[in-house]
Amino acid sequence: MSRSIVNQSRRRFLQGAAGLTLAIYFPWPLAQGAVGQEQAEAFEPNAFLRIGEDDSVTIVAKHLEMGQGTYTGLATILAEELDADWAQVRVESAPADASRYNNLFWGPAQGTGGSTAIANSWEQLRKAGASARAMLVAAAAAQWKVPADDITVAGGVVSHAGSGRQATFGQLARAAAQQAVPEQVRLKEPGEFRLIGRHIPRKDSDDKVTGKAIFTQDIQLPGMLTAVVAHPPRFGATVKAYDAKPALAVDGVVEVVQIPSGVAVLARDTWSAKRGRDALVVEWNEAAAFNQNSAQLLEHYRELARSPGQVARQEGDSDVALAKAARTLEAEYDFPYLAHSAMEPMNCVVSLTGDGCEAWYGAQSQTYDQTVLAELFDLAPAQVRIHTLYAGGSFGRRASKNADYSLEAAHIVKAIEGRAPVKLVWLREDDMQAGNYRPMFHHRLRAGLDAEGNLVAWQHRLVGQSVLGGSPFASLIKDGIDPASVEGAASLPYRIPNLRVDLHSPEDGMVPVQWWRSVGSSHTAFSTECFLDELAQAAGKDPVTWRLAMLGEHPRHAGVLKLAAEKAGWEQPLPAGKEGERRGRGVAVHESFSSFVAQVAEVTVQSDGRFHVDRVVCAVDCGVAINPDVIRAQVEGGVGFALSAALREAITFTDGKVEQSNLHNYELLRISEMPTVEVHIVASASAPTGIGEPPVPPLAPAVVNALAAATGKRIRRLPIGTQLTS
Amino acid sequence: MITLNINGKEMSVEVAADTPLLWVLRDNLKLTGTKFGCGMSLCGACTVHMNGQAVRACVTPVSMADKANVVTIEGVAQSPTGRAVQQAWKSLDVVQCGYCQPGQIMSAVALLEGNRSPSDSDIDRAMGGNVCRCGTYVRIRAAIHEAARSLALRAGS
Ligand code: FES
Ligand code: FES
Repeated sequence: MSRSIVNQSRRRFLQGAAGLTLAIYFPWPLAQGAVGQEQAEAFEPNAFLRIGEDDSVTIVAKHLEMGQGTYTGLATILAEELDADWAQVRVESAPADASRYNNLFWGPAQGTGGSTAIANSWEQLRKAGASARAMLVAAAAAQWKVPADDITVAGGVVSHAGSGRQATFGQLARAAAQQAVPEQVRLKEPGEFRLIGRHIPRKDSDDKVTGKAIFTQDIQLPGMLTAVVAHPPRFGATVKAYDAKPALAVDGVVEVVQIPSGVAVLARDTWSAKRGRDALVVEWNEAAAFNQNSAQLLEHYRELARSPGQVARQEGDSDVALAKAARTLEAEYDFPYLAHSAMEPMNCVVSLTGDGCEAWYGAQSQTYDQTVLAELFDLAPAQVRIHTLYAGGSFGRRASKNADYSLEAAHIVKAIEGRAPVKLVWLREDDMQAGNYRPMFHHRLRAGLDAEGNLVAWQHRLVGQSVLGGSPFASLIKDGIDPASVEGAASLPYRIPNLRVDLHSPEDGMVPVQWWRSVGSSHTAFSTECFLDELAQAAGKDPVTWRLAMLGEHPRHAGVLKLAAEKAGWEQPLPAGKEGERRGRGVAVHESFSSFVAQVAEVTVQSDGRFHVDRVVCAVDCGVAINPDVIRAQVEGGVGFALSAALREAITFTDGKVEQSNLHNYELLRISEMPTVEVHIVASASAPTGIGEPPVPPLAPAVVNALAAATGKRIRRLPIGTQLTS
Repeated sequence: MITLNINGKEMSVEVAADTPLLWVLRDNLKLTGTKFGCGMSLCGACTVHMNGQAVRACVTPVSMADKANVVTIEGVAQSPTGRAVQQAWKSLDVVQCGYCQPGQIMSAVALLEGNRSPSDSDIDRAMGGNVCRCGTYVRIRAAIHEAARSLALRAGS
């Protein structure tokens, strides 16, 4: 991890704290004014809501909007209990202030991830909305001299039927502000919902179809310089020497500075900075740098998989059961490093001000980033004011485990002694080669069937780098088990009497790894659900009914599996393809982040092995469906994202160098490859859970099982690439 | 000095002739709706119209735009097709992160300007250069069909 520029002592300090605790900060008045709040609003009952006399209802979102629809979801929850009119609601990003805006699942830390935004905000925002509503009602009751119980609220209007009196939120705002905040509020019963569960428009569509949405890349500040950085060609390499002159000779280039992660070229605009970096001559010290090939790494992982690892789950005696089984099967699965490759490459704007530092970017771990930047500038964390902007995608990348891109921007500002605000721009190549990848993994599975075809033994060994190690969440690693490595494997839901799951976490790799949309489930769903499919075939059973028979204690898994199979017409034969085409259908089910998703994929394979995924039928159970249309969008998008990875994505190394640099050699899914996606949502009264990540895990196994059904060939190495054609 | 016509307005910039149009739009003219994604004509985030054709601004030297009519996402609503596409995008809530969407919309408008009722394979061809990492393709396709329908309705009425 020598590419990491995180200071070890701070890391230990963070890890030493209990649970997910990062640090405790005190509210700092300046941070509260950070978001453009021009006119004082009449009614601010809590940190999440402001109501103006102009009837505007502003909901303050503590979570990053990176495409998952969280602005819409958070606003829906609050507006529901407030009984606001959806059209009057606007959303604003919260300042970085963990005392008010912490993620309730992460202790005193503000941040977005693990599909927790809606789940952790559910009670909080319902109460925020309901208590504001109660204050508006109390204000009306006092003005009209009528009992509060006789007052109704709908669509942003407070009414008293008996007297025929009515007032808008804006008209009552000042009086409501004088009311006491209620200690107890009644929350709605699901039958009373008017926004939740309905199709209402996203709050960010307008800005995003007109080009008005402001992303980090779009920030322009007076006197701002744009920085492009020459990064080392290998992880762990450092700057030996550099010649700034050719860079400085480029028109528009203002300054060249060395920083811990490379050499930064600062210019008046992005193109000049890029040309300056192209001209810059840097000599690297690569003696201690990463120098392995992907094949060597895989060989090493295979070697490790031959010996037992740390046990993550054990039931019965799987060794004995395997020895006694009527039939045993074994399979190995390989997964590459993956880049997040958000459409907006990582970037960050940092400015030193008289009393602290300001940063503008799609911040995903505000509290952690504040700590890191504060330490660099020798400030109190609260003096780091973060303006959280729209992020052009993240998929886990922006919640940088070592604050790599924001810290790099800060280092540049420090190197020029704060003379100008700096926008750090990573070009696509920087983004792709910067690391923090989904780790490479090798899985080895063995299973035993008895004479009746029942699954009696299961052994699953995983080998791959820990993503939580070295992160603010490292304290979750217990007894050598990183839960993010084994999630989905250790939590296998099927009733199998003898089972063992164990893990090797090689620490000698120098490739920085990080969470990537659906984290451990991005590989564990594949190996478990593909192997299950092979076993069902070996046992001569139908993959759906066989799974269902083992899911007795997991009704929500069973529920989505049944629904997906029914909607896909699993019982009916798949319509045949054209002459020479082979068609197949495959299924997978997986729980991640407390949401349940099953998918049935249909594929058509040409005689030469090229194939197309035609249709994916999805059933999801994520508790109360707050915005069904946003859920559908996340499932559609998750299918596209997962299919992209399954088809072609891989980060590979030659002599320690990343072989991929841009979208010609790290190819993302195109529109012609996108299947039809059908989404069915299970009606549920359970508390809502996430939907950003859960649609991803089942897709690759469903597709690969469909390919096996069509061709008889089992693909056990991702990406699928040309394995069917060659 | 290069004179550009952007969204119907004459603008002059003092930049090297080989500077990509993308950076002139974004950094010099502060029209930041056009996005940077790859810089190599691989993602389509920077798509604009030059004399009605969809082009990738990241690989278009600004000198080529000299005297041409350039339309960006900021000006696309000036045409009925542009408005219909934006409207369809909104009514189907196509966007997720939104970063690719100005480019998607510019490609979709160029397609519909030349083909009032595109088939799925026409869409695949015209939109094949625009990547959406969020995977909004299902809705992009549906929104193009929707915009085509609304334009046909208007033409018929
Ligand atoms: S930025 Fe021009 S095509 Fe990607
Ligand atoms: S909406 Fe995010 S990349 Fe297309």
